[in-house]
Amino acid sequence: MNFIDNPGKLRGFEKNIKVEKVSRRSILKGLGVTGGFVLAAPVMSRQAFAYETGAGKMPHGVVVDPRVFVAVAPDGVVTIIAHRSEMGTGVRTSLPLIVAEEMEADWSRVKVQQAHGDEVKFGNQDTDGSRSTRHYLMPMRQIGASARTMLEQAAAKRWGVPATEVKAVNHEVVHGASGRKFGFGELAADAAKESVPSIEGLKLKDPKDFHYLTKGKIGIVDLHDITTGKAGYGADVRLPGMKYAVIARPPVTGGKLVSFDPDGALKVSGVEKVMQVRGWPWPSKFQPLGGVAVIARNTGAAIKGRDALKLVWDDGPNGKYDSVAYRKELEEASRKPGLVVRKEGDADAALKSADKVIVGEYYLPHLAHVSMEPPVAVADVKGDKAEIWAPVQSPGGTREDVAKTLGIPEQNVTVNVTLLGGGFGRKSKCDFALEAALLSKELGAPVKVQWTREDDVHHDFLHTVSVERIEAGLDKNGKVIAWRHRSVAPSIASTFAAGTVHQAAFELGMGLVDMPFEIANISCENPEAAAHTRIGWFRSVSNIPRAFAVQSMVGEIAHATGRDQKETLLALIGSPRIVKPEVKDLWNYGEPYDSYPIDTARLRKMVELVAEKGEWGRQVPKGHGLGIAVHRSFVSYIATIVEVAVDDKGKLTVPRVDTAIDCGTYVNPERIESQIEGAAIMGLSLAKYGELTFKDGKVEQKNFDDFQVIRMDESPLITNVYIVAPGPDTPPSGVGEPGVPPFAPALMNAIFAATGKRIRALPIGKQLEA
Amino acid sequence: MIKVKINGQEQSWDGDPDLPLLWFLRDEAGLTGTKFGCGQALCGACTVIVDKEAVRSCITSVNDVAGREITTIEGLHPTGDHPVQKAWRQVNVPQCGFCQAGQIMQAAALLMDNPKPSHEQIREAMSGNICRCGCYQRIENAVHLASTGV
Repeated sequence: MNFIDNPGKLRGFEKNIKVEKVSRRSILKGLGVTGGFVLAAPVMSRQAFAYETGAGKMPHGVVVDPRVFVAVAPDGVVTIIAHRSEMGTGVRTSLPLIVAEEMEADWSRVKVQQAHGDEVKFGNQDTDGSRSTRHYLMPMRQIGASARTMLEQAAAKRWGVPATEVKAVNHEVVHGASGRKFGFGELAADAAKESVPSIEGLKLKDPKDFHYLTKGKIGIVDLHDITTGKAGYGADVRLPGMKYAVIARPPVTGGKLVSFDPDGALKVSGVEKVMQVRGWPWPSKFQPLGGVAVIARNTGAAIKGRDALKLVWDDGPNGKYDSVAYRKELEEASRKPGLVVRKEGDADAALKSADKVIVGEYYLPHLAHVSMEPPVAVADVKGDKAEIWAPVQSPGGTREDVAKTLGIPEQNVTVNVTLLGGGFGRKSKCDFALEAALLSKELGAPVKVQWTREDDVHHDFLHTVSVERIEAGLDKNGKVIAWRHRSVAPSIASTFAAGTVHQAAFELGMGLVDMPFEIANISCENPEAAAHTRIGWFRSVSNIPRAFAVQSMVGEIAHATGRDQKETLLALIGSPRIVKPEVKDLWNYGEPYDSYPIDTARLRKMVELVAEKGEWGRQVPKGHGLGIAVHRSFVSYIATIVEVAVDDKGKLTVPRVDTAIDCGTYVNPERIESQIEGAAIMGLSLAKYGELTFKDGKVEQKNFDDFQVIRMDESPLITNVYIVAPGPDTPPSGVGEPGVPPFAPALMNAIFAATGKRIRALPIGKQLEA
Repeated sequence: MIKVKINGQEQSWDGDPDLPLLWFLRDEAGLTGTKFGCGQALCGACTVIVDKEAVRSCITSVNDVAGREITTIEGLHPTGDHPVQKAWRQVNVPQCGFCQAGQIMQAAALLMDNPKPSHEQIREAMSGNICRCGCYQRIENAVHLASTGV
């Protein structure tokens, strides 16, 4: 079965290939705020943006409907729906803030209400792919502008003046000529009777009148709750009569339970029951792995009970998965021709005739997400109805999957979205919620399934493992005339369809076939690789190994030609132009190419900006080095300079990081900074420590002691972020993910500058120790 | 029957004395502000203050703290205005926020012991607390701000 042949099964990054008829309810309900205004909704809203995005092609598209997203109570409190999941990007604040801005609502009188999973009502809710602001900046502005217009019309009628004479200002509508005013609350009931203006006729605010957007002065709505322990994450849901469960799952992906002895567990104080959990044969998308659940009065008892279980497993087809052997397989595959996925000129001939060929083979192992909150979900299944509380990036997908798994209608499933204690792509996959649903159905009681950290490390949907092999052919002047890049890695599609050996378009489009350099002869190839574990998307996905390889190769070319890294990079990017790669079905993060082309002028600008602000070429102390990298991902452009210090024992520290980002039109620069600061830490984590290995089909690591992440004492001392002011019509682009990819190669280039050592296999581990 | 004082209130437990304090707090006492991150004292998400010391509640049993005074994030300050909490908000520290209760408790314990820590001391004292979102620069700045007056 082929991935592309079976798009209907898929959600996530691959959604661009799922184009379905969007059906909408003709009657849309309001928010249920008593006495609130209910706006008559446009039944169908087409995009009427200055730019086109791929939002409409996502499952269930976009709903531009003030009645769905906004309610005004008679006391003036404005409730705005947040329909995307909050996992730390600030989206639960940013999207409602856009509505409030256009509405002229006073943010201190706005209440944010989290949407449950209902994509027919709210439009697509999949919070991944760095898409929320990109897809919803304009729809949220339109929703806010619609609500404002209706409030203005209501006030004008009451005063008997033309609507053109009134204006919403800071939670009131004022009549300038007479100085009369009505608060939003006073107008709520009348505004409800107004017809909803057409999107085409809406007057959006002039950006110079913005109070909130682009200013970065508003803290996230959950700030006080987070600092006082009141914020509600998935793990914090408590229901009357709720049981606590942990599950022993097959240690090898695709394995099965042979037998189990519950006696030891049942003797543990607090343990109430031991039961089998249904598993699905691998690959099964996000369906549970199966195993044995221990049900107890608290999580601690359930964990202790699980430790006392006797379990016999059949390891199944992946029982021999071995990371050392698999790496050799990938390396060998990378040295032979593979499926050609981009071809311009004749790279084979050009490499043969080149004056010099530089070869780099770059290895990046599996990575685990390890969000601070391990997977957890609460389910309460009664008869043919199910209610779920879970930290999911995919509220709509979770609802679909729970319904399918339990065999009940989707409208009988309520998915309550809690805060997410980190996501990074892991929580797009709702296996943990499905486990809770299955257990609750069987127990006839609400149940919380808590994954331990060991469960999380052992049963993640891992970042792939890859070898990226690049051969660059140089002429006698040192100009790159040929580029052959082979990318070998098991695909995310393997989690959906057995027998997948090639990467999907959305993976190839992340730094392989969209490579922006101006080179006459290009060949991008994708040799086969089969998966032996669950592969999933991890923050920035295939961009991590691709940027690592491509930008490290730039450093290698700079060294081979005796040129400066930055100058080499600019020479490779070449002239300012729109790149048009010769690729069948080029994946552009789901966006129309006209709105979001590969623009080398913007790419060059990031290199130049970060070089200027980050003082490229500055004198650094002995043992220090500077490295630079640039990468376009999630249709944003981002460049990073890392200063590294390596002492004589090979101990690495990072005194300074400078990053420039062009993410187009933006909402909250303060949250962009925080995302980029965090991306540097995540980039450093994966570069220094990130490696998940398999032996005999089992993950060898367990917890934060052997799958390490960066701690404060080794985090960069200074991280500077420069956000480019957008052009007037520059569409918004991604922020959550693009910060990660350029970090590792910038660090590798810096390490080379500091030590003369070129690291081509991550993690760095002990490679710098003499 | 084990008796402990949590945020000034007497609580008792007659179940497994080896139950980790973390699960007693979260599942039995309903104080969910203290988080589970690793269960092995590796990440600090479960940090609470026992008497005046920061303790990882995931590897501390209820029996270990019998008769002692435990402060969780919920009890750090009646209105949430402990200098560390205020500094956290002023610096906009959190991203996902899940580790922050543990970070705040660790920082509060640090300042009880050392009211004016240097940046080096802050980095050392806070290094047992992992933040996967990577808010370290802001955490460091917030602890510094809390120590110099918010």
